[in-house]
Amino acid sequence: MTGVIKKTISSLLTVLVVSCLVFLAFSIIPGDPAVAKLGTQATPEKLDALRESMGLNKPLFVRFISWIGGVIKGDFGTSYSYSMPVASLIKGKLPVTIILTLYSFVLMILLSVFAAIYAARREGRVLDKIIQIITQVIMSVPPFFGGILITLIFGLGLHLFAPGGYISYDVNMPKFLGYMFWPALAIALPKGAMAFSLLYTGLVTEKKKDYARTAYSRGNSTGDVFYKHLLKNACIPVVTFFGMALADMIAGSIVIEQVFGIPGLGRILLTSIQNRDYPVVEAIIVCIAVLVIVSNLLVDILYRVIDPRTADSDK
Amino acid sequence: MKNSVKKDFNFILGIVLTAIVVVPAIIGIFWTPYGIDTMNNSLKMAGCSLAHPFGCDNFGRDILSRVMAGSAITLLIGLGTVAIGAVAGTVIGAVTGYYGGLADDIFMRFNDVMFSFPSLLLALVFVAVLGSGRTQLTVALGIAFIPSYVRIVRAEYVRARNMDYVKSAKLAGASDIRVMFVHILPNTSKVMMGSLLIGFNNAVLAEAGLSFLGIGVQPPDASLGRMLSDAQTYLFGKPGLAIVPGVTLIVMVLGISLLGKSDTITRIR
Repeated sequence: MTGVIKKTISSLLTVLVVSCLVFLAFSIIPGDPAVAKLGTQATPEKLDALRESMGLNKPLFVRFISWIGGVIKGDFGTSYSYSMPVASLIKGKLPVTIILTLYSFVLMILLSVFAAIYAARREGRVLDKIIQIITQVIMSVPPFFGGILITLIFGLGLHLFAPGGYISYDVNMPKFLGYMFWPALAIALPKGAMAFSLLYTGLVTEKKKDYARTAYSRGNSTGDVFYKHLLKNACIPVVTFFGMALADMIAGSIVIEQVFGIPGLGRILLTSIQNRDYPVVEAIIVCIAVLVIVSNLLVDILYRVIDPRTADSDK
Repeated sequence: MKNSVKKDFNFILGIVLTAIVVVPAIIGIFWTPYGIDTMNNSLKMAGCSLAHPFGCDNFGRDILSRVMAGSAITLLIGLGTVAIGAVAGTVIGAVTGYYGGLADDIFMRFNDVMFSFPSLLLALVFVAVLGSGRTQLTVALGIAFIPSYVRIVRAEYVRARNMDYVKSAKLAGASDIRVMFVHILPNTSKVMMGSLLIGFNNAVLAEAGLSFLGIGVQPPDASLGRMLSDAQTYLFGKPGLAIVPGVTLIVMVLGISLLGKSDTITRIR
């Protein structure tokens, strides 16, 4: 338990340090947002007035304190280019990215676990080779190209979904989930292939161990042995990978959103980077950082649940 | 020993696949069949022909030329990224791992935080700060990949610093710098070889991803990622526009990762 509390505190500290760095990075880069906003209409008086209202004339430290104070209260300042609060700008988009990430994560786990058990029960030389080749190829497909291929095959070829036909989750939840299946699949496949090969190797090693034979001799069916006994032990080394995959999937959704025309954090992050709209960029990066850190924390706790030995070791 | 190279299926396939992309890419640095920006109205969306093996895009530009130039840029960015990441990562990992102590602890905390972030996201942040373009992208990706190399190298130095050969080198009067970079460094080549190849692949994928998003390589430079994002508009009528650069990426990444897994490379390390 103390381990979990320690981890939580260090996660909170990490969030603070990351926001600090993000703010610093965007404050020291050359370029004056006030000049950028006024463009050709800039006069010295107007610039001064705008800097005053944007709070740019205050020292860096004061700006940072007021920014971080706002962030804690959920106020990320005002967007330069949209002239509206950043918080309301990203509020509707954050759930989309989170749902897409979790959706792909669940898909990855389901695909890899079922495929690995299916394959491990039929282990053999020829199958091993075929599996190796297929997973290696899937792992080499860049996720966004995977998305394009899925659009091409399942969308334009087989008409299983309408490319670009995104439906918002507050309009029609089932249709939203139906559409999101395809981008989630594009993110889940390459990671799932990697998880699959790790799990498969684990299961094949575990199934030769004594406890597996004992489980068989006590009259368990093959399915029971695999799902109830072997899977848990084979999972232990893979959980770390799952954690890294979850963090990667957050990045993956930002890219895949562009392929499937999904209005999540990705598009607004990209336009804000291109417009040098730093309050928005800062806010989104801090949000993503929190997501990454929280997912790391959850995986850490999950790891302790699956393998109690880790919890003992850090007392 | 010599015969085993012939039997190393992964190695042979890896070399062949890598060569299929890398040889045209290297030629593409110096020469392409057509100018990458030469537009030809009469050839808009032209199909495959002897003059244009992969056809032409929506502006009538030769796709083969653009793929050659694009993979050349991808290759150079990949190499640059690995160079920046590996050199900086080795120096940082060597110093922190060799000396240890409080500075090492603090630095490793920081490094672990960086490492827990997907490198694509880190690169995105650095691109947001540095701006987009070839050079900026290489630097951004290079910095984003430093933490992974620091981890690997540091672990090797922590292991090596108490070994007998290091102790005797110190007794013989070798300076710390000499011990670090003349005595220990060659012994890290084992782990470095594999991670350099993996790092190169990750750099290629990250570059393609960022260019696909429009914040990586900027026109007029050709880029596989950008070709893919442009091709999306014409996916229904002309899927070839997307498939050619996409398959190029897959072949490059697959070739390199097969090489990394092959017994021949594993034996060198």
